[in-house]
Amino acid sequence: MNVKIEELPRSILMWDFIPKGITGVFQRGSYRYYNKYVNKKGSLTGVSMVLAVYVLFNYILPFLQGTQT
Amino acid sequence: MNENLFASFATPTMMGLPIVILIIMFPSILFPSSNRLINNRLISIQQWLVQLTSKQMMAIHNNKGQTWTLMLMSLILFIGSTNLLGLLPHSFTPTTQLSMNLGMAIPLWAGTVFMGFRHKTKAALAHFLPQGTPIFLIPMLVIIETISLFIQPMALAVRLTANITAGHLLIHLIGGATLALMDISPSTALITFIILILLTILEFAVAMIQAYVFTLLVSLYLHDNT
Repeated sequence: MNVKIEELPRSILMWDFIPKGITGVFQRGSYRYYNKYVNKKGSLTGVSMVLAVYVLFNYILPFLQGTQT
Repeated sequence: MNENLFASFATPTMMGLPIVILIIMFPSILFPSSNRLINNRLISIQQWLVQLTSKQMMAIHNNKGQTWTLMLMSLILFIGSTNLLGLLPHSFTPTTQLSMNLGMAIPLWAGTVFMGFRHKTKAALAHFLPQGTPIFLIPMLVIIETISLFIQPMALAVRLTANITAGHLLIHLIGGATLALMDISPSTALITFIILILLTILEFAVAMIQAYVFTLLVSLYLHDNT
């Protein structure tokens, strides 16, 4: 990102929050993750990390439901 | 204790937003698609499994039946992956909800029935009366066959729901019993062993998919070929 720290809020306000842009963020992020961890000989680690995050997310979920344990 | 036992089957919400949809879409992340001829290990294994299953399953159909291959393969992958992901701790299994299983069973069953009635009307109607029944039994037998036809989607849905729900409940119960018995020693070893066996048996939830798709398949086969 070729932006100075002082100009960061101004540059964020100039972003286009269109759906195609948002999906582009998720797509690029998932491609980076996929190519780095899954698209290799050791694709098991990539998948296990996703599953571990899934388990943790499901564990945290009751605490996010508005003080319902 | 009662509230805790069934709380895991409540549809998950996060701060008021239903995230069930995200959880239902999650297994699709684990099946990446690729345009290459030679893929990485994950995709190669998945492709091999899908080819094995599709050849096994669609071999008994004629051309018209084999147009359903994509649908049935997606079905078995979805139910299989969803059930297996539900075995992870704290996770929510969408196939424990009867609503979802009915949503899968009724349209598919109706599709096969309508296909049979449209292409082979006489054969489809002939299903309602087995060959060689005595004449005075005919009205009752027609009623019974109609009921057995209409119960097919219900059976499909309820079978899947009940099996997965019962398995999860048993795991909860026996796990809780193990924890409670931890202070009273010798039984613990035996119960932990039972938990292990139960989990293994539950991994035959994948066999449930086989049952599901196979039943649907047999239905399609009967409607198309007979």
